[in-house]
Amino acid sequence: MSDSLIKPRIERPPLSQVIEAKAPLFLVPVLMLIGLFAIGSGSTWLTLTAAGLAMGMMIFIMASGLTVIFGLMDVINFGHGAFISLGAFAGFTILGLLGGWIASPSIAMNLGAVLLAVVFAMLVTGLAGYGFERLIVKPVYGQHLKQILVTMGGLVVTQQLIYVIWGPDEIVLARPAAFQGSFVVLGAAIEKYRVLAIVIGLALFVAMRLVLNRTRIGLLVRAGVQNGEMVEALGYPIQKLFLAVFMAGCALAGLGGVMWGLYQETITAHMGAEVMISVFIVVIIGGLGSIEGCFIGAMLVGLLTNYTGFLIPKLALVSTILLMGAVLMWRPQGLYPVVKAH
Amino acid sequence: MSDALLTLDGVHTHIGPYHILQGVDLEVPRGGVTVLLGRNGAGKTTTLRTIIGLWQASQGAILFDGAEIQKEATPAIAQREIAFVPEDMGIFTDLTVHENMLLAARSGAIDEERLEWLFGLFPPLQTFWQSAAGNLSGGQKQMLAVARAIIEPRKLLLIDEPTKGLAPAIINSVIAALKELKEMQTTILLVEQNFSMARAVGDTVAVMDDGRIVYSGKMAELAADADLQERLMGLSLEAHQ
Repeated sequence: MSDSLIKPRIERPPLSQVIEAKAPLFLVPVLMLIGLFAIGSGSTWLTLTAAGLAMGMMIFIMASGLTVIFGLMDVINFGHGAFISLGAFAGFTILGLLGGWIASPSIAMNLGAVLLAVVFAMLVTGLAGYGFERLIVKPVYGQHLKQILVTMGGLVVTQQLIYVIWGPDEIVLARPAAFQGSFVVLGAAIEKYRVLAIVIGLALFVAMRLVLNRTRIGLLVRAGVQNGEMVEALGYPIQKLFLAVFMAGCALAGLGGVMWGLYQETITAHMGAEVMISVFIVVIIGGLGSIEGCFIGAMLVGLLTNYTGFLIPKLALVSTILLMGAVLMWRPQGLYPVVKAH
Repeated sequence: MSDALLTLDGVHTHIGPYHILQGVDLEVPRGGVTVLLGRNGAGKTTTLRTIIGLWQASQGAILFDGAEIQKEATPAIAQREIAFVPEDMGIFTDLTVHENMLLAARSGAIDEERLEWLFGLFPPLQTFWQSAAGNLSGGQKQMLAVARAIIEPRKLLLIDEPTKGLAPAIINSVIAALKELKEMQTTILLVEQNFSMARAVGDTVAVMDDGRIVYSGKMAELAADADLQERLMGLSLEAHQ
């Protein structure tokens, strides 16, 4: 080939396009600023902001698995909430066995108990995800209506299994001693557990970004989200990747279940189904298949719920739906859609 | 014994209710370029997709290097060192050029020497190495699609209309790349509607119509016989450019 025939051309996107691409990154700071002006009191704002970020992080943990499952596998998993509940109950079982560790004033023992509960919950939900994918999801790949029906069915069956194993009653889940109570920062009361939730959520976000952007598995997942057929044509068995991602997504739901259970301090078999409304809103706001969009969406939902809950309590329930409507009017496919609707 | 690397023997393919391939018999000689010609809807793309396993043959046999592959899954077929460049190029637009190439290197690393060779064939890939592939022009995307397919040595390349919608300069670069591959004894099955391109690189040719091969032979013979072209294609291949 002659070099003179092909002139490489460096295309720099226009400024307006750059601003449009980066705009979602400013939504969270802008919402925080609006919250500060609307609330007035700095300490109240700080308390609500910490609560909102913690809530957002926990929703992100639960939603991240769902968005990747949808993005890669084109599977609408209405049964995702089952893994949130299952994870909470599995974690409860371990925390129950480690009563001494939880009651101990040692932060190391407290953290150890939470860590073991989380690991066990993720193992249980990951394995349950394996069975769920093989038995329920695999036969209905590419059939969205059937996916909704069978995964809803899977949700109901899992809830009933939780009743059978742990009983139908609401269970109180006590936080470890070190994560009870609050500390005061700049005159604002910040719950200790919320700080833990923020740290875990941030760590997960960073870890997911590293895995997706710096590893071969992550590369395959990102490619598979865009064009699964081509990934197969390059020689990679995408069905195995589907299964691994589904299990990982369910394990993340299990992690979210433990975190959410400790946050609410009570767990029920239907807690997962209840939180799924927020999870779906976050996935839709973020754009299907996008971890970054999911993270921003979760922060927006967490902050907005807390701000409106304080300012206009009657609006709190619908505020996130209004937010979703506003985002979709601006960007019909969500903030950072990886999977584009056709 | 035939020196065909790939043989299709009475291959039928159904897509939903449609019976697309209706008994395709085709031999792709080792180390040459076989061009698959035919009007739109004749079954050329389906033939390539059936070979790579994206659509399952409902009947017949596909032999690659002596082994039957028609029942195998796409990844297993690809791992037999068969590369596929689809009509839509199959570029991962959100990944960088580098990441697209890295993914195609199944060994896990890109061979530096081969990469230098590819940069020589397709200089824009070096220029845009760290850019998102979605930002490339149509011609550059096609270069990436072909380069990705040959980032490692492959026994067989299946390429579906690589010149579709491209500027003449880009077509020349694709022709040059295919000629170099031919010199390296890579076997290529090329679906092409551009006869200049087909004639420039093709050693053998097969013409499809209504899901069957209606002619196969030497490219030079078809190119020289206007009557045959008229009979097979309904128009002269020269007019088909």
